[in-house]
Amino acid sequence: MNDTLVQMEGIDKRFPGVQALKDCHFNLRPGEVHALVGENGAGKSTLMKILAGIYPVDRGTITFKGNQVTIPNPNAAQMMGISMVHQELNLMSHLTAAQNIFIGREPQNWFLLDENTQNRNSKELFDLMNLKVNPSMKVGDMTVAKQQMVEIAKALSFNADVLIFDEPSGALTDVETTELFRIIRQLKDKGTGIIYITHRMEELKEISDRVTVLRDGLYVDTVNTKETNIDQIIQMMVGRVIYESSPEVPEDRSEEVILEVKNLSRGNELKNVSFHLKKGEILGFAGLVGAGRTETARAIFGADPIDSGEIIIKGKPIHMRRPSDAVSNDVAYLSEDRKRYGLCLSLEVKTNIALPIFQHLSNALGWVNDKRVDDISKNLVEKLTIRTPSIEQKTKYLSGGNQQKVVVSKWLAKDADILIFDEPTRGIDVGAKQEIYTLLNELTAQGKSIIMISSELPEILRMSHRIIVMCEGRITGVLDHSEATQEKIMTFATMRNGGNQDQNNPAQRGHV
Amino acid sequence: MNPKTNDEKRKAGADTIQRLMAFAALVILFIGFSLASPFFFTLSNIIGILVSTAVNGLLAIGVTFIIISGGIDLSVGTVMTLSAVMSAVVVSNMGLPNILGVLAAVLTGTFAGVLNGLMVAKLKLPPFIATLGMLNVARGLSLVITDLSPIYFPLEVGWNRIAMGSVIGSIIPGFDIPNGVLILFGSALLAGLILSKTVIGRYAFAIGSNEEAARLSGLNILKWKTIIYGTGGFFIGIAGVVIAARLNSAQPALGLGYELDAIAAAVIGGVSLSGGEGTMLGTIIGAFIISTLTNGLRILSVPQEWQIVVTGLIIILAVYLDTVRKRARTS
Repeated sequence: MNDTLVQMEGIDKRFPGVQALKDCHFNLRPGEVHALVGENGAGKSTLMKILAGIYPVDRGTITFKGNQVTIPNPNAAQMMGISMVHQELNLMSHLTAAQNIFIGREPQNWFLLDENTQNRNSKELFDLMNLKVNPSMKVGDMTVAKQQMVEIAKALSFNADVLIFDEPSGALTDVETTELFRIIRQLKDKGTGIIYITHRMEELKEISDRVTVLRDGLYVDTVNTKETNIDQIIQMMVGRVIYESSPEVPEDRSEEVILEVKNLSRGNELKNVSFHLKKGEILGFAGLVGAGRTETARAIFGADPIDSGEIIIKGKPIHMRRPSDAVSNDVAYLSEDRKRYGLCLSLEVKTNIALPIFQHLSNALGWVNDKRVDDISKNLVEKLTIRTPSIEQKTKYLSGGNQQKVVVSKWLAKDADILIFDEPTRGIDVGAKQEIYTLLNELTAQGKSIIMISSELPEILRMSHRIIVMCEGRITGVLDHSEATQEKIMTFATMRNGGNQDQNNPAQRGHV
Repeated sequence: MNPKTNDEKRKAGADTIQRLMAFAALVILFIGFSLASPFFFTLSNIIGILVSTAVNGLLAIGVTFIIISGGIDLSVGTVMTLSAVMSAVVVSNMGLPNILGVLAAVLTGTFAGVLNGLMVAKLKLPPFIATLGMLNVARGLSLVITDLSPIYFPLEVGWNRIAMGSVIGSIIPGFDIPNGVLILFGSALLAGLILSKTVIGRYAFAIGSNEEAARLSGLNILKWKTIIYGTGGFFIGIAGVVIAARLNSAQPALGLGYELDAIAAAVIGGVSLSGGEGTMLGTIIGAFIISTLTNGLRILSVPQEWQIVVTGLIIILAVYLDTVRKRARTS
């Protein structure tokens, strides 16, 4: 009993209409990293939210440091020494890092807030994590990765014995994840128990000591990471065999250039970005967060203005003033943030699918031909095997993978030729990821051309015909898939102030 | 990790329940007032309720388009007055035919709506501020044009018959439902079709649900917002015609406060103030709930100031029920 920090036994949790957890077990030792994996909806977050006092438990017992406890609310959990870093960032963007960390327990001088002490204490936390973060900087001005670090600092500030990470690496690039792992190892050495929820299989080997697998709210097994291989874990998760690692790059592609971008520039974000996309090709865009990949995509799509540069589609220069210009030239952009930029969540599947084409499906009076809307959306729902009770279902009730497929359907309905996918598999579970990959390959086989931005190197290497690497707003490397390796990509991705795009801009090469 | 597939039907059902709830509330009000007073459930009183709903109902129809698209329109009351004033100028002062008076009112409403839309979509002003400005501009213009005094329609042109005459009564004797009621129902039907069957309505929902996603789907937001606000304004213009006909005059000082009743009707009828949700049927039921309540309380001799208090409480209750419903769906 001594070497068990947390013991959860026979945990049941029911939400209206669904049994989220049934008879689940979990135990955590001090100084271990215990990974919790499972497909979306398996119950990982629910189990941890019970431990963190966010949900009350229906049945079962929780033992913490040998004593049976009830955890009525998050505050009680934090006081006991259990802190959770959430998947979605819970920060107030108008407040500073320090203000966010000490929210609700601000140091005070009489009745005045003591910002100095607060900043000093935050600085100490950041130093402990070996991070350079200015405590008095507004969180809204920080990168997502830095914001994540502020969340972690906040969790640490409670002197937690148990630290729960809910998919912390979702928003981080590989380099930033490495940094996170360094912090985790540091905490582990001090005897903190770490629970780590993740979708990224390759991270398990790197960071975890043990892995617990959940499936459909049920406990499957707990294994020692060293004695298990990844395919076994995936098999436990999905209950069927999936081969994660086979590369699938079809070789048949034409040499026809469908999109050409010349010297795209905007302020500090884009510097002379030039590249071309061939018909039927998947062009991977790799780089760290903030390298300018999303900015490039949004500029091509007309979502953000550019200072200078040329966009040539099928040989014709196009002036992109707004997204509707791009759409009418058969360019589609699928944002990484589906909920914010891709879907009208309160509207039905069919309305979302037909959104770009309602004008084509209506007569001169604006009367919409609902029969055709239904036909088109039914057809696509079937073709892409979108799991929804009907096309009338509101998209907010669909799972992440199926929501992504609705966004793809929208652009298939529009018959777009150039599809820009920004992190197409973010937040999607292993099984659905596989379906998205198959879909991308089918699209290129039909002659569609794809730009795929991804922060997951295995995904980039597996899917792309060619890979463009960006760093700090410029293209630092172009690799054919036959020569590409993780190491080469990372070299280009960290090539600050250099790269092959600077030849015509000597000022930025640094003088000799 | 939210519960997903299993309770989808239950959630979808909750949407229908809200719509039925407003209707049920209306029925309960009718039964309650009928039991409380023998004067309530009579043909003449019911026609009275219908007539008194016409103006607020039309304003609520107009504002529904705008709220569904994620905006708000505070100017509907005074733009209605300005529309009424313009029709009076055309008919009384210039001596032109009634049809041109109607056209002037409808064009005024539509034009004000288009201006609101441009302010919101082109100049990126918050709808609350832009339409607050329009509220004052329209109010001031009405006073300037009329030189502060009402313009009356000459009796011989029969302007008041537009709303107060009865086409039905002349066909079926004894069934004197005033034209204003027909205009309300006709407009509601037209608005309902625009909202549910045309591109304008579809895009109002899309923009109200997620404007950025709509923009990235290739919609020209500037164009569609302008059209949506203009469509709303069209019905505000019709409200101007009806109120001018009911009073047989354009009263320039009128209109302030009407916007709040119109927004209240829409909200009671299930239109979400955050956009993306609502129906015309709901809005019309909402308008009827307000006028039935006012009518019934008056019949029960509740003082007018207390009627206002009760209306306020009903609005709070309706919005509270809406938030409860939303919470139930998202948890």
